[in-house]
Amino acid sequence: MKRSIEAILEQYDHAGMDSLIPILQEIQNKTGCLNEESIVMVGKHLGIPTSKVYGLATFYNQFKFEPKGKFHILVCNGTSCRLNGSKWIIDFIEKNLKIKNGETSRDGTFSLEVISCMGACESGPLISINEEYYCNLTPAKLGEVLAGLAESE
Amino acid sequence: MNHSYTLADKTFFCEQVLPLLHAELNSDTQKHLSTYRHERVKKTVIYIGITTSSVVAGALKTLKAIEGYLEENSVDAIIVPVGSYGLCSFEPIVEVQLPGKKRVAFRNVTYDRVEFLLDGAFNSFVQPDTALFQHNSDILEPWPDIPVKDDFPFFAKQDRLLLRNIGIINPENLLEYISFGGYRALAYTLRNQTSDSVCRIVELSGLRGRGGGGYPTGLKWRKTLSVAATERIMICNADESDPGAFMDRLLVESDPFRIIEGLTISAYAIGANKAIIYIRNRNKLAVDRLTLAMEQAYDFGLLGYNILDSGYSLDISIFQGPGAYVCGEETALIQSLEGKRGTPSIKPPYPNEVGLNGKPTVVNNVETLASIPDILLNGADWFMKIGTATSKGTKIFSVNGKASLTCVVEISMGRPLSAIVELAGGVKPDCTLKAIHLGGPSGVSVTPDELYLPVDFDELKVHGIPLGSGGVQILDQSVCMVDLTKFFMHFIRNESCGKCIPCREGSSRMYQILNEISRRPDSSDKHHTLERFKGVIQLETLAEVMHDTSLCGLGQTASKPLLKALKAFRDEFEEHIFDRSCRAGVCRDLRTFYIDTEKCTGCAACAKKCPTNAIIGTPRSPYFIVEDKCTGCGSCMEVCKFASVFYR
Repeated sequence: MKRSIEAILEQYDHAGMDSLIPILQEIQNKTGCLNEESIVMVGKHLGIPTSKVYGLATFYNQFKFEPKGKFHILVCNGTSCRLNGSKWIIDFIEKNLKIKNGETSRDGTFSLEVISCMGACESGPLISINEEYYCNLTPAKLGEVLAGLAESE
Repeated sequence: MNHSYTLADKTFFCEQVLPLLHAELNSDTQKHLSTYRHERVKKTVIYIGITTSSVVAGALKTLKAIEGYLEENSVDAIIVPVGSYGLCSFEPIVEVQLPGKKRVAFRNVTYDRVEFLLDGAFNSFVQPDTALFQHNSDILEPWPDIPVKDDFPFFAKQDRLLLRNIGIINPENLLEYISFGGYRALAYTLRNQTSDSVCRIVELSGLRGRGGGGYPTGLKWRKTLSVAATERIMICNADESDPGAFMDRLLVESDPFRIIEGLTISAYAIGANKAIIYIRNRNKLAVDRLTLAMEQAYDFGLLGYNILDSGYSLDISIFQGPGAYVCGEETALIQSLEGKRGTPSIKPPYPNEVGLNGKPTVVNNVETLASIPDILLNGADWFMKIGTATSKGTKIFSVNGKASLTCVVEISMGRPLSAIVELAGGVKPDCTLKAIHLGGPSGVSVTPDELYLPVDFDELKVHGIPLGSGGVQILDQSVCMVDLTKFFMHFIRNESCGKCIPCREGSSRMYQILNEISRRPDSSDKHHTLERFKGVIQLETLAEVMHDTSLCGLGQTASKPLLKALKAFRDEFEEHIFDRSCRAGVCRDLRTFYIDTEKCTGCAACAKKCPTNAIIGTPRSPYFIVEDKCTGCGSCMEVCKFASVFYR
């Protein structure tokens, strides 16, 4: 882990504050999430206080401090999906998998992320599990999908 | 796939097309160019629309199925990826163009229907109900009983200028864009216009920023150009993050070269040698298409050093926004580019004086930039003729929600709002139109009797309606207005950057109040009820304070949906407050449950499950729900095996 972060930082030699976001994005893409170690290393490399780096990382939706689960569930909560019932989809997941937005279940199987719009409003309510899309969902349909996933586990 | 171009193509374009782009091309070149437009094909061409929304609908599986079909039947055909026509409800759309025949589009081609449709098409038989339309052409043989694209009501009723190419051209091929008339505006501008005259033309044309604010674009450029500086920066704001708005994303995915051409001309106008496209990291396909488009433009000398031998150089880079709604505001966007938290800063100084890293900066929306090439090519007079006295040109809307057709439409300014509803086919059958919501979390719901109002920045403003960025939700009777405003307030609460306390705390408090009226009280003691009423009374004052004391548009407009809904749908709010009922059945906590005594077998499953012990009875005889104790959680309904629990 430390190696791969160092490799990324090497590309940004003599970089300033403006490359902070691209660096964090690259680290997250490579390692899945940010943690204390990576934040400290980035801060040292750029000469920025760790608190500032942490402040920035927690401000933006993209940066995560918890590793994704084996099945990463993205729920679209755009206006259109909401009107078509994405609220019940989120409710259903929170109740059945016992995780909230941004959390990963304790065994690391499922993680949930609610996002503002996926740009596919005609198929709402819509979720994606590891890049596989499930359209026009109802809680009942979602139950079958999740049961199928748990079985394949 | 036909992604790239051959060396012969490149030589032809670099030697015969690009140097003469600013003038009329000779007929031989014109003729050769038409082959890139697929006007006549020697081999069958199959077009498949690949955009975010069609991928969700299964376009990639369809693509695989087509490839499999071609291989299996050893058909010699080319597959061309194209963008979206904006007909999202009919996706995935696949088009087939047989040699000598018109290009015909099929609707909802899921992978299992590929074989059936292609079998038919190759045998010259197409069922009219599986096809949408066929393209116009005088030289090709038409398909019987299928409407021509220009007569197809969806297209005929629109005024497509910016969306002219979407769905038709391959967004991954620069040559197609040029053959459809692309880059002529840039060639003409670089040869015949100075920065100053470009600013003047855009000023004259009356183009206003499409991001929602409606600030005159030409004036913004002029101000920036007049600031003495060694370096200026042009930024394209493609960080579209309104929930339920996807027109910029669709435009970028379907016609990325138009954005890049517009951006190049705009950068030239303000004398910038550096441009940045700020785009949401989540819009992966859009980022990929833009990157590819830029690579090709660099390859042909349409970007980089000495563009088209004019002596002007421009470098464009892509910055992937890490996701914050407030970064749509220009000062916050600049902060984010500088590697800071995206919080808006106090204006003045405006970004056109002190912007990114202290340099004069212009931030323009995708749609604004897409309008630029046509204005330069056809002149300010041409553009001025479209639209109303103060709002010129066209506006793109993405229509969704309860619309019967989810789509992206472009209409000229000045046409009534009802035109949007009409294009989307109104609401679904057996539903009634309740309102349309314009402009997302900072927009308002427009009631049906206000739909006569024209799409016009100023005219709408008089009636208290911001035009917004272009997301339109159609609402029918199954939508609860309290729930909708609660949703928007929740969104604002999450996305507020936290710099101004009125916005940060105010949005939180407003959400709390709205939440309070859309659920049952925790206890029935008088203090609680009093608190609840106090909150409702304070809503309007709170909204006023937020509007007056917030720094940026996010906080200032956060209360708009609520205030309008309170005015226009007062009865619905009162029902929630006084009768504790939701007519749309969306606020589930307000439901009251009852057990049908005829169906109940007395199994006691619900009584065991009830968290508040509100269900009483004796086993093997019908049970009963005590209304006062019921919290409306619905677990009795879920657990009942005999479907004897209902709600009203």
